[in-house]
Amino acid sequence: MTNYDCKNLEAFHGVMVFCEQRDGVVNPTSFELLSEGRKLADDLGEELCGLLLGGDVQGLAKQLGGYGADKVYVCESPLLEPYTTDAYTKVLCDAVQELKPSIVLIGATNIGRDLGPRCAARLHTGLTADVTHLDIDTAKYIDFLNETSTIDTSKGKWDMEDKGLKMTRPAFGGHLMATIICPRFRPQMSTVRPGVMQCAEFDEAKANACEVVPLTVALEETDIHTKVVEVVREMKETVDLLGAEVIVSVGFGISKDVEKGIALAQELADALGGVVGASRAVTDAGWLPSDRQVGQTGKTVRPRIYVALGISGAIQHKAGMQDSEYIIAVNTNSDAPIFEGADYAIVGDLFDVVPTMVAALKEKK
Amino acid sequence: MKYIVCVKQVPNTSGKVAVKEDGTMDRSKMATIINPDDLNAVEAALALRDENPDAKVIVISMGPPPAKGMLHELLAMGADEAVLVSGREFGGSDTFATSQILAGAIAHIGLDKDDIVFCGRQAIDGDTAQVGPQIAEKLGLPQVSYAADIQQKDGTLMVKRMLEDGYMTIEVETPCLLTCIKELNKPRYMTVRGVLEFDQKPLTVFDFETLKDEPLIELDTIGLKGSPTNVYKSFSPPAKGEGVRVEATADGIRGMVEDLCEKHIV
Amino acid sequence: MILNEKQQMLRKLYRDFAENEFTDELLDRLEETGEFDWDIFNEMAKYGFLGIKAPVEYGGQGGDSMDYVLMVEEFSRVSPVLSLYANTSNSLGSGPLLFCGTEEQKQKYLTPVAKGEKIMVFCLTEPGAGSDAGGTLTTAVEDGDYFVLNGRKTFVSGAPVADYAVVYAKTDPTQRGSRGISMFIVDLKLPGVSLGKPEHKMGIIGYPTCDVILEDVRVHKSDLLGPKDRGFATAMKTLDGGRLGVAAQALGMAQGAYEEALRYSKERKQFGRPIKDFQAISFMLADMATEIEAARELIYSTAEKKDAGDPEASKLCAMAKYFASEMANRVAYKAVQIFGGYGYIKEYKVEKFYRDARITSIYEGTSQVQQMVIAGNILR
Repeated sequence: MTNYDCKNLEAFHGVMVFCEQRDGVVNPTSFELLSEGRKLADDLGEELCGLLLGGDVQGLAKQLGGYGADKVYVCESPLLEPYTTDAYTKVLCDAVQELKPSIVLIGATNIGRDLGPRCAARLHTGLTADVTHLDIDTAKYIDFLNETSTIDTSKGKWDMEDKGLKMTRPAFGGHLMATIICPRFRPQMSTVRPGVMQCAEFDEAKANACEVVPLTVALEETDIHTKVVEVVREMKETVDLLGAEVIVSVGFGISKDVEKGIALAQELADALGGVVGASRAVTDAGWLPSDRQVGQTGKTVRPRIYVALGISGAIQHKAGMQDSEYIIAVNTNSDAPIFEGADYAIVGDLFDVVPTMVAALKEKK
Repeated sequence: MKYIVCVKQVPNTSGKVAVKEDGTMDRSKMATIINPDDLNAVEAALALRDENPDAKVIVISMGPPPAKGMLHELLAMGADEAVLVSGREFGGSDTFATSQILAGAIAHIGLDKDDIVFCGRQAIDGDTAQVGPQIAEKLGLPQVSYAADIQQKDGTLMVKRMLEDGYMTIEVETPCLLTCIKELNKPRYMTVRGVLEFDQKPLTVFDFETLKDEPLIELDTIGLKGSPTNVYKSFSPPAKGEGVRVEATADGIRGMVEDLCEKHIV
Repeated sequence: MILNEKQQMLRKLYRDFAENEFTDELLDRLEETGEFDWDIFNEMAKYGFLGIKAPVEYGGQGGDSMDYVLMVEEFSRVSPVLSLYANTSNSLGSGPLLFCGTEEQKQKYLTPVAKGEKIMVFCLTEPGAGSDAGGTLTTAVEDGDYFVLNGRKTFVSGAPVADYAVVYAKTDPTQRGSRGISMFIVDLKLPGVSLGKPEHKMGIIGYPTCDVILEDVRVHKSDLLGPKDRGFATAMKTLDGGRLGVAAQALGMAQGAYEEALRYSKERKQFGRPIKDFQAISFMLADMATEIEAARELIYSTAEKKDAGDPEASKLCAMAKYFASEMANRVAYKAVQIFGGYGYIKEYKVEKFYRDARITSIYEGTSQVQQMVIAGNILR
């Protein structure tokens, strides 16, 4: 790759999405990234490609086309199963140096956040972590600001011709939003927060039209300096918070009768057709498993309805749920921060309020 | 044998956050704390040192001179030495440049066969989780991120690396870099004697002069100039408009449910 | 007073420890069972909290009175009873050893006490000799290499869990008043030592208190502490340090009660606004804050003067204890008042602070004894 120069911006074209798979199953975040990548590629008038790594993954490639990929590059090697930082970094960086995409998107999963920074360091380029919004067009970015910020966009100069990637992410625990650019180096890389980008409808025709291109993998055992001794899937009773339409979360307010509080939340969730989530206080106390945690250090959710029961609404929690379409908050403290931004604020004891709500919902049905 | 721990002083974002008029955070008005994940990294290093008394724990931080206070606390917890990487040339660094500088500083200390570099998974101000892996890359070290358990076994480490849906057990030889998560351990406190005697331990400041001969340290790979990314805009997310206050009475709640149904939310 | 960096770090350490380790669950358990919690005691030992002032060569931390006062204050702010866990070994337990223990005694007793491996308590009060410690009836009669001790000591804080006790006994019945009293280190496992039933107390529940009964207990001469017949002076010196500790405990609990009341006054709404907006409440808070600050400055400066060997230190310790303990009672009263009916309910922390505050103006010399000490000093 003697002609690879990370500062030669003109040499880079197209959008590449790293499509993560584990045990032959493509991570749904990859579909979200492809859907978003499609829009960016269209704004640029360039190609969208998927990059798929693994032991035997060719069969997974076509479906990626259904979410918008024009091409899927497949890198297969027994050394790519299971995931290791060294092997994946080498293959991904080789692919970038060969294909020179102008944008690389990686899901901000535990694996993506292990791989992304390592690759960006090797490729000598910038990486923006855990992005929640992406723009190419300055006009679209201004629309986004008008919708989500108090910035007066009529002031200041805008370069409307700019085609650089504008990567927006929460910082300082969600207190601030920052838009990051990578103007001098290519590719422009970001890890993208799972569950945030809208996933497109699967398109069979596009899937069939998608071109699958195998890439040569130059990988030796000696390239890998760690050894995966075992991989354990912990099949905890998993509750899919990310995909849930309705989430009823409980906070420290259940402390006076934890069991009953959780049971009430479950009743309400059942009545609304949803699942039960929790604040950090609850998962830290061990009352619910940590995979139920909503918030900065837990999951970012945006269900249609989010009910917060006895959650005070620390900014860390709000960072994980404030984009929910409708928020109903129940708290005994009328000054609880959870009420700011709530569509329905009920100052009262969840132990009294929830049974009434459940009864009212049942009446309606 | 050395256990080098990278730590960062961060504004305490769990309390009230001061925002300047231009939408950026007013760090001067906020209390600072040691980044929580970094405390887990420090504890991991101290626990291994307790098992290998010949080993030295060196904590290293990049930041302005007031960050010394944090290093004093880490010495009082039991770290043997502290290094503050501080200088005008280092200011404005993004994760790429920060990892470049820290890697340069670690190279300046020197890494031997048995050494381990520890980092917290991520800092609560930026939440990037990038600096650890990037230091590893720049020092050519194998990395294991999201470490939830570390066992030492004749020259190699067995590390439990968390995934969203389970974990991997990874064998890695030293020298290597580990990024640590909350589940790994419970950080210890300072001790009284540790506080009373922290100033008997070395605290060294590395400035640009100290590090300039390190191959990793070039003016175009550090600081603002060496940062591939820039902040284009920063802004506060607007507070949502006032919602509806619902009386916590049977009638009030029934009214809300009616409203939800009418709007086809339910 | 402006704290230096190390003092600020210590405050942070003590506060972090208390806020994280003195969990509601632990505090409830102490209150329910009244029993000593060894786990938290051992945690305190691990961080050196039981030997703040003991020299490093005897397993201590080599700190000063200020370092110790800050600990008691911060612990008491979260839990007055747990502040006592750390306090005893630092003050009454190790005080006499520090003042007049021989090298051998320090090695044998101070080191394990400072490390938290053993607990040493202080047996001065008797059923008939409270404030008037000079009226001691416990006797020690020389018999070869031994002293034979007989008597009953009462209200011995920590006795049910202690290994050793410093016991004051009359060795020369011909001398009157506080003269002719000696100090002994008594291993509580010695034949003839028995304990009374733990008392049911109003407050500081979870740190058991009982009588220590001595019947023909043979204590070896090597365990005579300090000069024979002149033990009472050491008792008074130890109590100076102890009084500073009680003052710090009172300060901490006042601070804790005040913070609870302050928070509650912002949350609780009556007549459509938070009760802090009512002058009746805000002025109470202003008084509480002012008194606490005054006590704090008095205690801190007393700690410094005591270590500097100021001749006024004894008087100042009595003043600090007198003022801080009475202040804590006033503050706890107001805190309960601000909580109204809720303050009378056990679920709320101010209820406990209120009961706990009461002991501070009683033990280690009642407020009236402090007045006597102060008056004695100023009228000398």
